Amino acid sequence: MRWPMPGAATDAPAPSRATAARPPMETRRVLLIQDNPRPAAPAPGTPTTSAHAAIGHDAAMDSNGHGVDLRIEGVAKRYGATTALDSIDLDIAAGELVALLGPSGSGKTTLLRVIAGLLPADGGRVLFGDTDATLLSLRERNVGFVFQQYALFRHMTVAENIAFGLRSRPRRRRPDRATIRRRVDELLALIQLPEHGDRYPEQLSGGQKQRVALARALAIDPTVLLLDEPFGALDAKVRVELRRWLRRLHDQTGQTTVFVTHDQDEALELADRVVVLRDGRIEQVGTPREIYAEPASAYVFDFIGRASVLEGRVADGRFQAEGQSAWLEAPGVADGPARLYLRPHDVAQAAPGEGLQAQVAGLHHHAGRITVELALPGQARHLEIDLVGAPDTAAPVLGAAAGVRLLRYRVYPA
Amino acid sequence: MHEPAPVPGVDTPAWLRRTLIAAAVLVMVLLVVLPLLMVLLSAFGKGFATWWGALTTPDAISALKLTLLTAAIVIPVNGVFGVIAAWALTRFEFRGKRAVLALVDLPFAVSPVVAGLCLVLLFGSQGWFADLLRAWDIKILFARPGIVLATLFITFPFVVRELVPLMQQQGSEEEVVARSLGAGAWTMFFRVTLPNIKWGLLYGVLLCGARAMGEFGAVSVVSGHIRGLTNTLPLHIEILYNEFDSTGAFAVSSLLAGLALLTLLLKFWLEARHGDALAHARRRH
Amino acid sequence: MSSLALPLQRPRWRPPLPGFGLSLGLGMAWLGVVVLLPLAALTFRAAGLGADGWLRAIQDPRVQAALKVSFGTAFAAALLASVAGTLVAWVLVRYRFPGRRLIDALVDLPFALPTAVAGIALTAIYAPTGWIGRLLAPHGIQIAYEPAGIVIALVFIGLPFAVRTLQPILESLGHEQEHAAASLGASRLTTLRRVVLPELLPALLTGFSLAFARGLGEYGSVIFIAGNKPFRTEIAPLLITIRLEEYDYNGAIALAGLMLAASFACLLAINLIPLLFRHERRSARDA
Repeated sequence: MRWPMPGAATDAPAPSRATAARPPMETRRVLLIQDNPRPAAPAPGTPTTSAHAAIGHDAAMDSNGHGVDLRIEGVAKRYGATTALDSIDLDIAAGELVALLGPSGSGKTTLLRVIAGLLPADGGRVLFGDTDATLLSLRERNVGFVFQQYALFRHMTVAENIAFGLRSRPRRRRPDRATIRRRVDELLALIQLPEHGDRYPEQLSGGQKQRVALARALAIDPTVLLLDEPFGALDAKVRVELRRWLRRLHDQTGQTTVFVTHDQDEALELADRVVVLRDGRIEQVGTPREIYAEPASAYVFDFIGRASVLEGRVADGRFQAEGQSAWLEAPGVADGPARLYLRPHDVAQAAPGEGLQAQVAGLHHHAGRITVELALPGQARHLEIDLVGAPDTAAPVLGAAAGVRLLRYRVYPA
Repeated sequence: MHEPAPVPGVDTPAWLRRTLIAAAVLVMVLLVVLPLLMVLLSAFGKGFATWWGALTTPDAISALKLTLLTAAIVIPVNGVFGVIAAWALTRFEFRGKRAVLALVDLPFAVSPVVAGLCLVLLFGSQGWFADLLRAWDIKILFARPGIVLATLFITFPFVVRELVPLMQQQGSEEEVVARSLGAGAWTMFFRVTLPNIKWGLLYGVLLCGARAMGEFGAVSVVSGHIRGLTNTLPLHIEILYNEFDSTGAFAVSSLLAGLALLTLLLKFWLEARHGDALAHARRRH
Repeated sequence: MSSLALPLQRPRWRPPLPGFGLSLGLGMAWLGVVVLLPLAALTFRAAGLGADGWLRAIQDPRVQAALKVSFGTAFAAALLASVAGTLVAWVLVRYRFPGRRLIDALVDLPFALPTAVAGIALTAIYAPTGWIGRLLAPHGIQIAYEPAGIVIALVFIGLPFAVRTLQPILESLGHEQEHAAASLGASRLTTLRRVVLPELLPALLTGFSLAFARGLGEYGSVIFIAGNKPFRTEIAPLLITIRLEEYDYNGAIALAGLMLAASFACLLAINLIPLLFRHERRSARDA
């Protein structure tokens, strides 16, 4: 049985988007994010190719031939007075594709490098399966690391790049040349560059280089695949293509993968689970749907997708916005100053007088939608709502009074 | 580098441009080409036989041997240590790195005569190691070891200074990836590092060698000018010149000038073919 | 948990790239033995002369003359080399003409040519019987065996430094800034003065300092063309060797110590120039 060829029937179905029937009203009540369906993992220990079997894994480092559970316990990292990572706890199951998401300075790259062994942890443990890898060096961890700038060996051909890891093994563990050759061919086919084996990196495009970098990392059967902003150096269009391709690749190989990104679209589209980081701490871990629809904090809500904010306060489990009379349910939120967060499309227009009182302060026309900026009395910031409708639908009038009904929102203590 | 078409009224007018080019070429001819021509013409001025005769006197031959011997020792030593030092300076962070980089440049800024004097103060009759040398009956000054040490000092920075900017520019990512894929230290070095730096290394070694064979001031102080024993080619040239045998002096000079031209030619070829592999090789020397 | 393939557990994490300790140790040892040790010997001996020893040596009129000759000629030569170097660098980077690559390669010749060879060649050219000396002699201009000859030799030595420090800057400069200035109405001269020159200034200063440092200590290229007349064309390095031959160690050490101090100062200046300009840039931006 060989690696499935791209386009074969074993491809995992692309994630689908649930769309409710569009109501006659102009708002769209849509759940934009859905989790990536996980394909059934191959049976543990099953070699999927003859070459694969002949290579022989480092038995202690994996338990099922496609990667191991990754456990991060209390990992901390400091640079002088700055805390880059503040006691991170994270469990990643074998075969998962996890995104570390956050702005620069959030610690996501630091965490990835500590997992890889590029940096030593100042505290805590990193476990690959049963093995405590905390004190192992990069080389001993058998991880596949992919840099943003590919770092292909410029003086070797594509095939030599991919074969490098296998050919660097000590004689005892090195497979024979024919086996290596076969593995390289399989990986070339997997990354859809079967004719490129004899090319040099400078002859490849950015997207091709990144695919070769991935194949090179996969060749050694890594315990975990670690990608450091893998698409950061690519054009926007290539980025999206390669993102989808990576997902399909992951579904085929079942390789435990952790990747770092600051691009939330990428994280939400690609990952099984997303880890949102901020200032060296985990803000939330969850599936893309959870992160988007059930953000655990105001920060996550604001960081992912677009958000509008209403200032106000909570009393007895209900929220009242500054300058408004309406009370909105806010169960479980402590009394005191609070903020209400909502998505621009989780809002419905109501008649003036119903719901929240607002005035149309601005209209922004985009392709396919109109964003209405609403000024609310007592609120410093404007509320943004998206209106989607046919081009001849009557648009709100600038300066007109409007009512706003919130369909979905979350309240967080200020 | 493709130059965009000159914009009239903004860029330099054509006549001025031509004047500047002519002026620059004139400067180069007067300053650089002329001496080279002088060497070549004077060397062969009295015919090939005289030229050959000057090169094959016993003193000339022993000077050549000493020069080659010195170079044969100095080039590998400074080459290997240059690579080692460049590795330490470009692949790791440590305190005082900038100071070390500045110290590497010292032999460039110091007068060769001062360098020679320093060695005299170490190994001379009143030097720090004088007693030690006497006890072991070793001669450093006025003997070959002194010449080698002086040349070692003078050519110290060449390889390091070529490699450091190159390796900094290339970054350590390829080597880190190699390690992540399981490569051992030597595998990483010979299969990843060395192929990437080979042209810069070659260029540094060339410069080191050319300077090693041409060094005059420092060697002059430590050698003792003993004919047939401690004279290098440059010192031999000086002797011939001071004896008014200018044809002989230029004949021997032509050998070293030929080497200099070879070095330039190789550099020219290297930059044409592998310009990107030399990084900022055209910075200060 | 254990397996034959698992390497021995080490008590400490190790950085991904190997050989830090070894390479730093070996590198520092090599630097220390070959460079620092000899220089330390001179520094200690020079310091050991004491204040009077120094003053006596420095007040020697011949020493003062030699220092004047060395510093004066080195300064003049560095200046001329900078001017000529700017011209050559500009022409090489900005213009295309036949033989450009050849000229570019030749710029390094003074750097690759042994100093003694350069010395006798330059003497032969500028001596009264030489190619150029012969042209100037009827006008009463003598170059060889005069300070002018020293300056010419040092310009020869210093030119590559001036050119090679400017070239990368000019190459990365491009034309956009000048075109922008012109579009805003600046004349060519103004553009050069206010837009291009500030960009080049750090490299110019660095090239000047390098040429100066090299010129100060230059020996082989100079002693043939100089004539070595004490008080007139005797350079400091030559005086050091003369003192050594006379077994006047203290005299040699004092002078060499001074030269070493000058070298350090040049090296310091060269390393500080980029920092200085970064600072200036920042404050200009905040202004």
